[in-house]
Amino acid sequence: MTLASSHPFDDKANREVERLLRSRRADQPAPPPPAGAPKIRVEGLTVSFSECAVLRHIDLSVLPNERLAIIGPAGSGKTTFLRSLNRLNDLEPTFSHTGGILLDGMDLYAPDVDVAVLRRRVGMVYAVPIPLPWSIYENIVYGLRLAGVRDGTRLDELVESSLRSAFLWDEVKDRLNELATNLSGGQQQRLCVARVLALEPEVLLLDEPCSGLDPISTARIEEALLELKSRYAIVLVTNNTKQAARASDRTAFFLMGELIEVGPTQQIFTNPVHGRTNDYITGNFG
Amino acid sequence: MRLLPRTTQRLAVGFMWILAAVTVGVLVFIIGYILFHGLPHVTWAFLTESPRSMGREGGVLPMIVGTLLVAGLAVLIAAPVGVATAICLTEYTREGRLTAIIRFGADCLAGIPSIIFGLFGFVFFVMTLGLGFSILSGALTLALMVLPTIIRTSEEAIRAVPPAYRDVSFGLGSTRWQMVTRVVLRSALPGICTGVVLSVGRSISETAAVMLTAGSALTFPRSVFESSRTLALHFYILSREGISMPNAYATASVLILAILGINLAAYWLMRRFVAKVVV
Amino acid sequence: MKSEKIIRGLLIGVALTALSGLGLIAAFVFKEGIPLMAKVGLGKFIFSSDWYPAEHEFGIFPMIVGSLEVTAGAMLVGVMFGLGCAVLLTQFCPPRLVSVLKPSIELLAGIPSVVYGFIGVVILVPLIREHLGGPGLSVLAASIVLGIMVLPTITSISVDALQAVPRSYVEGSVALGATGWQTTHMVVLKAARSGIVAAVILGMGRAVGETMAVIMVAGNTLEIPISPLDPVRTLTSNIALEMGYASGDHRQALFATGIVLFVIIMVLNTIALTASRRRAGRARAR
Repeated sequence: MTLASSHPFDDKANREVERLLRSRRADQPAPPPPAGAPKIRVEGLTVSFSECAVLRHIDLSVLPNERLAIIGPAGSGKTTFLRSLNRLNDLEPTFSHTGGILLDGMDLYAPDVDVAVLRRRVGMVYAVPIPLPWSIYENIVYGLRLAGVRDGTRLDELVESSLRSAFLWDEVKDRLNELATNLSGGQQQRLCVARVLALEPEVLLLDEPCSGLDPISTARIEEALLELKSRYAIVLVTNNTKQAARASDRTAFFLMGELIEVGPTQQIFTNPVHGRTNDYITGNFG
Repeated sequence: MRLLPRTTQRLAVGFMWILAAVTVGVLVFIIGYILFHGLPHVTWAFLTESPRSMGREGGVLPMIVGTLLVAGLAVLIAAPVGVATAICLTEYTREGRLTAIIRFGADCLAGIPSIIFGLFGFVFFVMTLGLGFSILSGALTLALMVLPTIIRTSEEAIRAVPPAYRDVSFGLGSTRWQMVTRVVLRSALPGICTGVVLSVGRSISETAAVMLTAGSALTFPRSVFESSRTLALHFYILSREGISMPNAYATASVLILAILGINLAAYWLMRRFVAKVVV
Repeated sequence: MKSEKIIRGLLIGVALTALSGLGLIAAFVFKEGIPLMAKVGLGKFIFSSDWYPAEHEFGIFPMIVGSLEVTAGAMLVGVMFGLGCAVLLTQFCPPRLVSVLKPSIELLAGIPSVVYGFIGVVILVPLIREHLGGPGLSVLAASIVLGIMVLPTITSISVDALQAVPRSYVEGSVALGATGWQTTHMVVLKAARSGIVAAVILGMGRAVGETMAVIMVAGNTLEIPISPLDPVRTLTSNIALEMGYASGDHRQALFATGIVLFVIIMVLNTIALTASRRRAGRARAR
């Protein structure tokens, strides 16, 4: 049984996380809603695999410097949506789509887009931490070397800064040459976050990053996200509605491939517009 | 008379131990017998001189060189081609009917007797292409012979790399080629090397295919276009024609020591590699 | 992006060259051999016992029988030793001895066939001649030598099959009070059956294809061997012995012999493939 449970009514783990977070930060005012042109704009996106539609007519924006949570039951297309944002779905031979995704006004699916560069601008952290079978240092510099960074000093700097941003530096600074697989699950996931941060992306995509992690690691990651949103736009897919409630600014509710509702997190969780949103949040299904 | 299960077990396991002991015994006997009769004759002169009077006297230097050239060239050709083919089949094409057929074909060809490769090499390389009996003909024939094995073992090694690594690599902004070389090959290297080492061993031991393509000249080969005799073939001829038993044993000893050396080196390399790259 | 296309093209080019080179072999052998088979008549070629190249008589029946008998004998020896070692290695062998037994078997696989043949001629053949009669160069000698040569193949594939049996089977059986041997022969061997069959079939393929060792210990007469002590000529020996000086029809007849070998190997491989596919299918259905 995972401790950071996904069932909204399993309050024990959620209460634990909230207690940890509260004890760390003093009373902070609710963050102001972010303003400005959207970082990512999705217009009428329909995604199909082998003619079978998984997402239908999604219209959603991701604003800069916000944390957007995406919630919904299993199979509602949340991960597919996320993977469309950095074109990882291209790897599926049966993938096809209509509609557009714009990053800073640029169409992601334009023919002359360099996918590798895109994936560095829009970085992704997966549900299961997947460290490559190398040292901690090599894990982080892999992406940097791919991007052409060769200077040893610069690499060292970026390794340190990314590990600090992921709240992992203090724990591993003396053992950067150790195998990454020797780290605990929570540390590995933070390593994966650092790995992505080292590339200095503009958008962070996180696919249920805390599933299977203990409350302390979960709290650390959520804390990191709060810190990071000042520099990046963050999209967080989560099965845990409590996590969405405490760790995001806006929330979008997906159901069976459709976007049902999106709005400020406070409003979604206290006064949702759609009945189905309310049903999901209160645990009537899901 | 019904035996107790415990007794049956003792009998069965005891019998298997006898089988295993015989197996190891046979190995030790073969190696011991050859080395016992041959090592006394493996002198520095033996290793560095050319044979005289059809191999009755002298050494096996040309055979050593010939073996190295034929086997070395064969693996030099087959390894890159085989690994590239394996990469193509696993990473650059979609899994389907075609790849299944190709894999079946490669498996079949891995089982084709070496004599048939010899046949083909004789007619194609020696005669049709006009290369004559030469190290090159032998090397090309052997390359074709070990190619299916290299393709198969490389493919298996590449498939063993977890698919998640590929996702991670792409997510960090790599091209497919970067992913293949920096992540997949790095993890698959031990398995690929095993296949290559197996092929080197097979090339060195091969006689039938070499006999029909590289010929059996006793002279020192000055180029790959000349015919040459490999150690295994020399051993065969010496023993079959009864030319010189001491030299036959000595040749076999050199051959066995070389194979032992290669196996040991591969084993040691594997342990160093695997310790570094823990999958 | 374009460099990726070039790389892909290059790799496909190399792969096609390699595969067509291999396909060329099959094509060549068939091209050279089929005309002769047609000339002589397929039935006569396979079933006639008259192999007199000088008089254009090409019947390979004695060699087919020879190959069959030698292979059968080799299987008796090879399966007993090979499977026995495999079961021992996976079920009953303490780890210390595994590191002795396993490398020994792998080393056996590396010994050149000419060395096997030589030891056969020098040790085994006189032994048979003195104690069992006959010329010593016989089906028996060839079977024993070949059996030892294919032992490593059978062992390694059987070990894979045996190790693939789920631990739960073994644990279930032991929990019911079965001894190790009862578990092995009632549960494990049955579960690994198709893998073991594949191992035996592949061992058969290797035995059929072996040339040098057989030439040295089998006698190479053209009579159909009746008793295990009779000398024998196999299909492979036939080719190897006569290729050096054959020409015209004679050479084509040797190619035709090669076709027969080819077909036998393909049939064996197909059987082995369907056997292992059945195993995989059953595994997936679990």
